[in-house]
Amino acid sequence: MEMINLTIDHKPVVVRKGTTVLKAASSIGIDIPTLCYMKLDDMNIENKPGGCRVCVVEVKGRKNLAPACCTEATEGMEISTHTIRVVNARRTVVELILSDHPADCLICAKSGNCELQDMAHHLGIRQIHYEGEKSMYREDTSPAIIRDINKCIMCRRCETMCNDVQTVGVLSAINRGFNAVVAPAFEMNLDHSVCTYCGQCVAVCPTGALTEVDQTGAVIRALSDPMKTVIVQTAPAVRAALGEEFGMPAGTLVTGKMVAALRRLGFDYVFDTDFAADLTILEEGTELLNRLSAYIAGDQNVKLPILTSCCPAWVKFFEHSFPELKDIPSTARSPQQMFGSIAKTYFADKIKVKRENLVVVSIMPCLAKKYESSRPEFAVNGNPDVDYALTTRELAHLINLGNIEFKSLPNEEFDAPLGESTGAGVIFGTTGGVIEAAVRTAYELFTGKPLPRVDFEELRGMDGLRKATIDFNGTPINIGIAHGLGNARKLLEDIQAGNSEFHAIEIMSCPGGCIGGGGQPYHHGNAEILKKRQKAIYSEDKNKTLRKSHENPYIKKLYEEFLGAPMSEKAHHLLHTKYFDRS
Amino acid sequence: MNPVSDLIKNLADQHGRSRHNLLPILQGVVEQEKYLSEFSMTEIARELDLPAAEVYGTATFYSFLEHKKMGRYIIRICKTITCSMKGKNQVLLAIEDMLKINVGETTPDGTFSLLQTNCLGFCHKAPAMLINNEVFTDLTPEKVRDILSTYMKKKGASHDN
Repeated sequence: MEMINLTIDHKPVVVRKGTTVLKAASSIGIDIPTLCYMKLDDMNIENKPGGCRVCVVEVKGRKNLAPACCTEATEGMEISTHTIRVVNARRTVVELILSDHPADCLICAKSGNCELQDMAHHLGIRQIHYEGEKSMYREDTSPAIIRDINKCIMCRRCETMCNDVQTVGVLSAINRGFNAVVAPAFEMNLDHSVCTYCGQCVAVCPTGALTEVDQTGAVIRALSDPMKTVIVQTAPAVRAALGEEFGMPAGTLVTGKMVAALRRLGFDYVFDTDFAADLTILEEGTELLNRLSAYIAGDQNVKLPILTSCCPAWVKFFEHSFPELKDIPSTARSPQQMFGSIAKTYFADKIKVKRENLVVVSIMPCLAKKYESSRPEFAVNGNPDVDYALTTRELAHLINLGNIEFKSLPNEEFDAPLGESTGAGVIFGTTGGVIEAAVRTAYELFTGKPLPRVDFEELRGMDGLRKATIDFNGTPINIGIAHGLGNARKLLEDIQAGNSEFHAIEIMSCPGGCIGGGGQPYHHGNAEILKKRQKAIYSEDKNKTLRKSHENPYIKKLYEEFLGAPMSEKAHHLLHTKYFDRS
Repeated sequence: MNPVSDLIKNLADQHGRSRHNLLPILQGVVEQEKYLSEFSMTEIARELDLPAAEVYGTATFYSFLEHKKMGRYIIRICKTITCSMKGKNQVLLAIEDMLKINVGETTPDGTFSLLQTNCLGFCHKAPAMLINNEVFTDLTPEKVRDILSTYMKKKGASHDN
């Protein structure tokens, strides 16, 4: 490996050939400011169009300034990162960006979390010396994502996520020069496009150009309506990230404080989506076993591999891009929808509240869950099973509005019966978790023997595509795991070509799984945060007494009192769904 | 099958189906159809297995790849400084007056579209304009009226450039 010697701010540094000036500088602790640049380490996700020019540096002997993010370090280079010339250039660049940016920071959804705002603050911009034309583009509202393109700075991060990482291909730069915008084909609205609402564009947008549809107002109205009984469910990934919104370090588990906060906000019952995750495992696991047993018995028509169906962005993705495979995913609804369905039947009957007067709110790390809850098949006579799906960020906002001192809250427990869950339900929040939970239950149901171990390290990790073979007492079961829709596409193409070696595949749309969801606190390009959240999820699992879904006593009771058995007719009606060809 | 679909298929056979073949295919469709309809762009995306947004993004980037319906003859008059100094405005007024359309519009019978273009490289013979692929230089209002009259007479002809 050829090594390169250079100096940055008079400090000598040795790097491998091919290293950028930006990376070389950060290796010796020199922080060059960036705006459009984004890199998620270990995930192969990088955006460096060199477009914003905020990272320019002075190179001795070179006439113009060089963008550090896409300039390769060369032998003998002498770099200065913070000379007067450089700082002035950065200020000019940011002033020019601001000259075509709406000055409504005070009321912008992204205020306080905006990288452009931070940059203007960092550079101490107090005046914009340039006045010019302003972009005027219509706002586009979909069931989950709002595009306000006038706030776009053309960093192209959303395009990188949509095209390179997710391979969904909705967003592209359209037109040229001042008229250039990032938009779907033919400048149609998002809800007419093949957008999966995975929300990764929102997760990486540095400004307020892409934000979620805010449903906090509707939830506050429901909470203050004396006629309504309002119940809430919280997805597993939320508890591993919510604390970040209150200044706690990444990876802090705040399950108990979150429950306490929700109770103080006025929710009548605080339940857990993890309960529904356990329920999902029983339905999905049984479906897997049925298909496997038929396959082993020699049935040629059985569809294998079975694919998980918890992720609504993934469901929309295959409905658009692989409709011919729509018989392969499990028919089990996602935990969010199973919860809604059970809450508005079983639980509503139990507490003797009419369906119309029961409001189900879910707290999700996800934007696609907003879309999923609005799908017409998940409503009865126009009344949706899940009324509102808030993101982790929206919950933090509600807690702040409620003047609740989050950090000093005591730890409280979820309510019964829909709040009890096992460790298997918790790990739904990370890539590899759903299939590990399924294996824990399917193994015991298949072999009739207790599991020799509960932790399946071979299914864990952060690689985009993973595979493992689990020995089901002599029957080897091949398992595939993909996170990020681009990785999922590879597995689907293998299935299409008939080359798939797998019996079961878990797919999550977002890098890292739900912990990296589009509704989570902004990670601002720091992949370490995702790894810490993942660790937190596994530690919550480890600390649970019950770690297999089928051991959840309330799930057993639910089947005894209400559903009968997994895959029963009633379960089919309430807990399963069908998919549509949207190509 | 739709003739545009056939055309796109043939162009893809001829040029190839990878990302870098997109531009010649777009040009091929514009040559035949004068513009790229949503249908053609969707068909190209399908044929090359590219996102439609990428095809549309490329088409809207290049000014000679029209994506709105165009007339049979596309007039592109140079809008840059030399042509302006040499009387382009009078020429443009003469065209607008004769065809009864403004810049960016197409005559109701679909014969002419009037557009402005960046420098054609004919500054030494300014003002200059293009009608489809043919260049006309040293324009005056009189000269441009003659040129357009010739094209109006050709209008009945079934095929020409």
